[in-house]
Amino acid sequence: MSETLIAADPAEEVGAGSEPIVNDLTIHVATVNGSGSQSSNNVLMRSIFQMGVPVSGKNMFPSNIAGLPTWFTIRANKDGWIGRKKEVDLMVCMNAQTAREDVEDLPSGALCIYDAPLNCKAIRDDIVFFEVPFAKLAADLSTDSKLRKLLTNMVYVGIVAELIGIDRDEILNAITKQFKGKQKAIDPNVAAIDKGIDYAKENLPKQNKWRVARMNATQGKIIIDGNAAAAIGSIFGGVTVVTWYPITPSSSLCESIIEYAKQTRIDENGKATFAVVQAEDELAAVGMVLGAGWAGARSMTSTAGPGISLMAEFIGLGYFAEIPGVIWDIQRVGPSTGLPTRTAQGDVNQLAYLSHGDTQHIVLIPSSVSECFEFASEALDLAEQFQTPIFVMSDLDLGMNNWMSDPFEYPTKPIQRGKVLTAQKLTELQGKWGRYDDIDGDGIPWRTLPGTDHPFASYFTRGSGHDAMARYSEKPQDYKDTVDRLAKKYETAKLFVPKPVVDQRDAKIGFIAFGTTTWALEESRDQLRRERGVETSYLRLRALPLTQELHDFVAAHDRIYIVEQNRDGQMADIIRLAVGEDQRKIRKILHYTGLPCDARTITDAVLRMESTVELPEPLLLVRAEAKLTGGATSISRPATLDGVMPAAPRGMED
Amino acid sequence: MAESTLKIGTGEAIKENRLGLKPLDYQGGKSTLCAGCGHDAISNQIVRAFFEMSVKAEKVAKFSGIGCSSKTPAYFLQRSHGFNSVHGRMPAVATGAMLANHMLKAIGVSGDGDTASIGLGQFMHMVRRNIPIIYIIENNGVYGLTKGQFSATADEGSKLKTGVLNDLPPMDLCALAVELGCGFVARGFAGDPKQMVNILKAAIAHDGTAVIDVISPCVTFNNHEGSTKGYTYSKEHQELLHQIGFVPEYEQIEVDYEPGTTREVTLHDGSRILLKKLEEDYDPSVAIQALQRLHRAVDSGQMLTGLIHLRPEKKNFMDLLHVVDEPLGQLPLERVRPSKEKLDKIMRDLM
Repeated sequence: MSETLIAADPAEEVGAGSEPIVNDLTIHVATVNGSGSQSSNNVLMRSIFQMGVPVSGKNMFPSNIAGLPTWFTIRANKDGWIGRKKEVDLMVCMNAQTAREDVEDLPSGALCIYDAPLNCKAIRDDIVFFEVPFAKLAADLSTDSKLRKLLTNMVYVGIVAELIGIDRDEILNAITKQFKGKQKAIDPNVAAIDKGIDYAKENLPKQNKWRVARMNATQGKIIIDGNAAAAIGSIFGGVTVVTWYPITPSSSLCESIIEYAKQTRIDENGKATFAVVQAEDELAAVGMVLGAGWAGARSMTSTAGPGISLMAEFIGLGYFAEIPGVIWDIQRVGPSTGLPTRTAQGDVNQLAYLSHGDTQHIVLIPSSVSECFEFASEALDLAEQFQTPIFVMSDLDLGMNNWMSDPFEYPTKPIQRGKVLTAQKLTELQGKWGRYDDIDGDGIPWRTLPGTDHPFASYFTRGSGHDAMARYSEKPQDYKDTVDRLAKKYETAKLFVPKPVVDQRDAKIGFIAFGTTTWALEESRDQLRRERGVETSYLRLRALPLTQELHDFVAAHDRIYIVEQNRDGQMADIIRLAVGEDQRKIRKILHYTGLPCDARTITDAVLRMESTVELPEPLLLVRAEAKLTGGATSISRPATLDGVMPAAPRGMED
Repeated sequence: MAESTLKIGTGEAIKENRLGLKPLDYQGGKSTLCAGCGHDAISNQIVRAFFEMSVKAEKVAKFSGIGCSSKTPAYFLQRSHGFNSVHGRMPAVATGAMLANHMLKAIGVSGDGDTASIGLGQFMHMVRRNIPIIYIIENNGVYGLTKGQFSATADEGSKLKTGVLNDLPPMDLCALAVELGCGFVARGFAGDPKQMVNILKAAIAHDGTAVIDVISPCVTFNNHEGSTKGYTYSKEHQELLHQIGFVPEYEQIEVDYEPGTTREVTLHDGSRILLKKLEEDYDPSVAIQALQRLHRAVDSGQMLTGLIHLRPEKKNFMDLLHVVDEPLGQLPLERVRPSKEKLDKIMRDLM
């Protein structure tokens, strides 16, 4: 047995005697991108889900097709906390590139399964190691080296299952689902899993520290990612024109539309009630959306931050010329050569004010896959009702990761098509109408669609240089009237956008968050309540413009912590501007590492800030996972920027 | 020089079209361009072509980008919806509108700056997709609205008013369109209204992208001596590829011509284009002949006009998408919201 050294004695049980932690663990799997580990990880996650345990799966992947490191984190939690947890309980090390760091990062006492040649046991002595000779086990599984590589990853599923107590039957169900019932694919994978189970049974010690046990919290639930949810929502929301340009992490949204629309939106004659166009770039994608919206389609596109930047000019035209369209922003970190495969909430400012001149936009902010579904049709309605581009702000964590949810409910509301004058209506009006005439006093004028068969239906669409009758005008008063009316329209929108979800308690502290931050925040509130007896209120923002509920909430609390996933606290600044004097109450908790925010970071930050007596009001910045920054320090002008070379620049001493 | 058009029928101007409408019903607002601008001459021929073809203006959608040329959709067909979009990106807007309502007849007016510089990408992708639109480039080799900078179609050696010489080669948008598989490529001259109106009529009958590059002199910034896109130079250098005649599908006119002298091309709707050869037997359906002929004209410093390339049988983008017959934008709720059973099935698969 010298070659397959076992880290612990199989006769001894790890954690024997003490009570196991049941249904509360985080599994972190480190593999090589492109090695097929996605299927293995999905099977692992789904089998826990099928045992009735709330679960989530987060994929941390590189901007790469094959070869670079990738991680998958499965969190199972009996209380339903399925946001990110930083601490790893069970590590699976399959990647030589990262094994050392992966092991060094583990909390003391964690479990670690590793591929034998990595010799992880030599790195630390406070981790419970399980050494597995994966290559040897896989050797029996197939003679095809490519297939063997894929099956190696399935072997660890068997090992993990045996160690923590996942039912083999549920793994088999998960495999059948993963490989869509194709027996040819199922058989070798089951063999690989059994190989892992058998190996663990015979050679590895039992462990009783973390266990998975059947419960009944996932009955009737679905697992889906936010992009697919948005796709389904758009299809059932009656979208007819979809355009897109591939960009991570948004591509799967429109790809899902293609997939689901094929199943649902082909009529009895075999013809499509939708059109999907892969555009030449994001500028064209949004141009098509606006052209289609102008001509009466419910149109949408999806992109990420860099794409939004490219769309800026068209969005300005759409805003001033008042043209409907929906743009999904699946946010990610920074520029194209940044961290395109990591999550962030850094596009808040960009979406709120995108483009030239005085522009402000309606932004819907889903937090969950069910809201992705819901807001997809809501956005299409609002776009047509308000005749303006509408943003839906999602992010990579929501869009691409796997989330558990109740099944989506069939929409019962009719779709809203907004103020459109038909030929018949024009005849009734004797052709008297003005495209930009605010006859209803809500800032929203009536429009006609091209092709309307009436000699007075037409109007000429151009940016802001027009009067209420859509005639060309450069008159100062006409321009002012136009932009003032657009502001009025934005006021009206406050009555129509999704209201915030408010959980108001008898508390001095109020939290405000939005989007995926909510998953960490809800858990943090639970931690504060259980561990410190601190009760907090919470307002979850679901849209811009800000509504009255937000003002009331800020007024009702002594201290407001706004938690978001960007460096500057972009939403906090928008709120500070809006709440006037109350802005002194506002504090920022910011998480911006490219990874989803976790509860402990928020809890620690709040406790630290609550215990600081002398708070530099009104602004106190806690940079999450970084040091508490003090007040402004004086900065001296560095000579190097003035062209003075230091005697020995750092790193150039030799 | 030979007459650019073939005489068909009596040639008499009609006063009322088949819809009972008069030319006035096809007019637009008053032009704000410089007096004598080539663009206004083109607008006049657009009015005439749509009037004479009896196209219902309410079913037409006008598009443009930014520039002098792009202002012109306000100066014709006032009963049609118009969309003055952003610089160089009108093709995307038109594409979207046609996706929403493919029953519309689309006409786009662009310029050489709007198409050959900032809009080159979108122009090429529009052609590649074969979006059904009449796409007119009002080509004067110069940026007018920003006061006289060279554009990418300015000829090598042509001179700005200030004496600045252009030392970069011009882009030939017709050759580019041919290369991209465009099914209708023509070049006209604003100073030759008869040829222009025939090209426009044929373009109206064409089902796909019709690229019409029109040399349209800028009287303010590029009509001086030394300019290769001015009226005098263009008139002197216009070279006819053939004489063009157009017979709409609703006219049963028999045209007599000597066998072997004239080529007939039938369009999608049954209209016929007649091309009377003036030189060798030029086959407009052969891309390589078109490219050869275009290059030869450039080499000899001539401005070749006519119907350069015709492949009317090409499928347009809407056909390729297999969408329903009705406009997508007008489908009622029951046709765009799938049944509850379909949602339930999707949900079950995700459990």
